Amino acid sequence: MFEILGYTFMQRALVASTVIGIVTAVIGVYVVLKGMAFIGAGIAHASFGGVALGFLLGWNLIATASAFSLAGAIGIGLVSRRSELREDAAIGIFFTASMAFGVLLVGLLRGYNVDLFGFLFGSVLAVTREDLILSAVLGAVVLLTVGLLYKELMFISFDPEMAQVVGVPAAQLYYLLLGLIAVTIVISIRVVGVILVEALIVTPAAAAYQLTDDFHRMMAIAVGIGVLSAVAGLFLSYWLNVASGATIVLTATALFALAVLLSPRRRRAPARPTGESEVAS
Amino acid sequence: MGVEAVPAVELENVTVAYGRTVALEDVSLRVAPHEFVGIVGPNGSGKTTLLRTILGLVRPVRGEVRVFGMPADTVGPLRRRVGYVPQIAPVDIRFPVHVFDVVLMGRFGQIGLLRRPTAADRDAARRALERVGMQHLADRQIGQLSGGQRQRVFVARALALEPDLLLLDEPATGVDPGARGSLYELLNRLHQEGMTILMASHDVAVVSQLVDQVACLNRRIVLHGRPEEVLGDEALEGCYGRGAIFLAHGRLPHIVVKTHPEGGTPPARPPER
Repeated sequence: MFEILGYTFMQRALVASTVIGIVTAVIGVYVVLKGMAFIGAGIAHASFGGVALGFLLGWNLIATASAFSLAGAIGIGLVSRRSELREDAAIGIFFTASMAFGVLLVGLLRGYNVDLFGFLFGSVLAVTREDLILSAVLGAVVLLTVGLLYKELMFISFDPEMAQVVGVPAAQLYYLLLGLIAVTIVISIRVVGVILVEALIVTPAAAAYQLTDDFHRMMAIAVGIGVLSAVAGLFLSYWLNVASGATIVLTATALFALAVLLSPRRRRAPARPTGESEVAS
Repeated sequence: MGVEAVPAVELENVTVAYGRTVALEDVSLRVAPHEFVGIVGPNGSGKTTLLRTILGLVRPVRGEVRVFGMPADTVGPLRRRVGYVPQIAPVDIRFPVHVFDVVLMGRFGQIGLLRRPTAADRDAARRALERVGMQHLADRQIGQLSGGQRQRVFVARALALEPDLLLLDEPATGVDPGARGSLYELLNRLHQEGMTILMASHDVAVVSQLVDQVACLNRRIVLHGRPEEVLGDEALEGCYGRGAIFLAHGRLPHIVVKTHPEGGTPPARPPER
């Protein structure tokens, strides 16, 4: 039943899915713990303008999508840190503007055979050799960066103010984290699409969060769930002959539901403080 | 010889504003090395802002802030000398992190980027936990602690960097009366050992027993001096607003409110006994 692995496109899809499963899960841990889920969705949608522009100009789509999602990430970061506007409102403004720009450009592209649907919802068939190499390289860069700044990224996710107080460059690391989210999204949109990529970032990490109260273990479990969702979803989509991106996302959702059912957090909650009686009220 | 010449903290005519709201006005304050200074004042009087200004988290619109002779927003070496315990740490207590990891974070600044904590860092974190009597809960997830225990963990995190200056913002918040005693005892011991401490508190009674100097803050420094001078002074009214009278029961001043001061914020409650 694994004869499908003989197909080049399937091999590429499998490697790409695995890379994406790992990278999205790792970044997702920070996104979930830092409460940045909407930011992630915003950056993902912002990349759509870049995709459309790439089509129109005939440029490499990953390059143009990167430019847009990075610009979206920096814009969201600047607005949320510097202005009076609430962060969620800023995100709403940025990503819809980029989407609208993309829609306009797509209108200009009428007559071309644009696989718009593939970009919105993902398509394994679309993964070219160059895409795969670029994804692997960028994915490795993201993982290396996280590996080198592991303790600092954990600290700024937990308590950014205290991180700054003890001399960790919290503001710069926040921008770096936004950049890493942007890159992660760009390498994932071929397979799962602009709309669905957020699920791969949030769902495995959220599932892992149900299963452990240890940061390092949460990271490991999220990666496991991410890879399992990506690979199992890919095979399921092939056998059932349905859309790959959607199948991968729904596989992750099913694993999340399972994690909620098995969660020791539910059995433990509400957390009982020990010793002192300060919750006596 | 002249080693003690540099004050631990020095504010000169500092004014801090958030937009149009002036939080601190023309505040000058000196904290000598090894001194324990208490900052009292009603809610909203700028105590937290004062500490955040010393930490370099807030920039004054006017005036100068120096910590150990360096500008307060110095990024490098200064950050390894100042420990801070916020009133309520702005953290998600469900965050999957254990007590020991939280304390170890106190050392991340001096460990530096791209490096892992060494055995020495872990030892420092362990010692800090022992100081606050929390070593037996090192493996607990922080959400499983009581408020008072968690506060002690945050004190340990500040101690883990082995600071020369400790800033505390209402450290007794959320700590039940029994545990408060041991917290203050710990501060007293740190003071005896030579730590410079600056503590914001509305617990006037406690402050008067612990500290060398009291500064009474209400946007401005209203009074500054030794506890017995300041707290016996009728002028303390000027700090807590009209209508607040301080009654001395032995050494413990209590605040009694005659009428509500204008402005709405009630004066500090009398210390619970």
